Amino acid sequence: MSRVLVGVKRVIDYAVKIRVKPDHSGVVTDGVKHSMNPFCEIAVEEAVKLKEKKLIKEVVAVSCGPTQVTETIRTALAMGCDRGIHVEVSGKDYEAMGPLQISKIFAALAKKEEASLIILGKQAIDDDCNQTGQMTAALLDWPQGTFASEVTIDGEKVKVVREIDGGLETIKISMPAVLTADLRLNTPRYATLPNIMKAKKKKIANMKPADLGVDMVSRVEVLRVDEPPTRLAGVKVETVDDLVAKLRANGTI
Amino acid sequence: MHISELLLFYIISYCMLNHLLYFLSFSSIPVVKAATVSGSDMANPLRSEVRQLYKNLLFLGREYPKGADYFSERLKSAFMKNKDVTDPKEIRKLVDRGEFVIKELEALYYLRKYRAMKKRYYEEELSTMLNIG
Repeated sequence: MSRVLVGVKRVIDYAVKIRVKPDHSGVVTDGVKHSMNPFCEIAVEEAVKLKEKKLIKEVVAVSCGPTQVTETIRTALAMGCDRGIHVEVSGKDYEAMGPLQISKIFAALAKKEEASLIILGKQAIDDDCNQTGQMTAALLDWPQGTFASEVTIDGEKVKVVREIDGGLETIKISMPAVLTADLRLNTPRYATLPNIMKAKKKKIANMKPADLGVDMVSRVEVLRVDEPPTRLAGVKVETVDDLVAKLRANGTI
Repeated sequence: MHISELLLFYIISYCMLNHLLYFLSFSSIPVVKAATVSGSDMANPLRSEVRQLYKNLLFLGREYPKGADYFSERLKSAFMKNKDVTDPKEIRKLVDRGEFVIKELEALYYLRKYRAMKKRYYEEELSTMLNIG
């Protein structure tokens, strides 16, 4: 029986109104409510479900970042993961951290922990990269089942139903493999207070990227962050003639 | 997923946000008075249950759309409204109703998040938006 690594990312809560910093270097994160990425919640739920069906033995929740990410790992533990791994990244390294560094970390961890499955969310709601799963699979030379809306383990193979533009695609890939969770994969359970209390007994291991032999140097530099252009207010007209006149003045007709 | 989403939507739509809390206060979850020593043996395990229920609801209320303060105010008054209930059967019924509200809140939170994600990441066909076809 096998071990599953689940990646969880601490992001700004989906319901928060995002504000851009005055210097346009990024978004305001200080004092803003953070929570687990919704797609990561779905990934955790799938891993825990597989464990409850006794198809896998252990679920390990992994997150990279400063000390605050341990809250996110605790939520994953409260949802049913067995233990957590906190890869400590802070300061400039954390700001520059992207899918490439994360996938290198996951590749190293997968080998170290002898995982047979890595389940990630399909993308994070803050950067919307949709790259980490694919890069991790490439680095490990493992097959990938991305945008999974249904996962079935069948011996040493995994049947994945993927959500693609044309509809649904069913593929069969062999383990070990990387899966990324799409919205309709499952309904994540809520991490209730009693579960969070019970999860306090579970262990979270601490390590640095250097321990895994990963260099955190970024090849990407953020030049500027801007808000999307504000929608112009609409104009109300009284009669059809007014409408025609306005359209003519606008050059539309 | 689609059918159950529709079901959930009909059961817990946005206008239920207020109704949920009205329901909670109307159901009057009891608070067993600390002074009740002469009460039956039943009161003691129920007291810890009621306290745990209150804590769980308070924890859940942090994410309430109208604000955590709004929620905790109404939660407290709902509990205080029936602090004098002593019949264990009554208390049990009301605690069960509290558990029901917990489930409703979890479903509400999930549905909000699901619909927000769906709106942001998936193109909605006009027919679906207009609820036709």
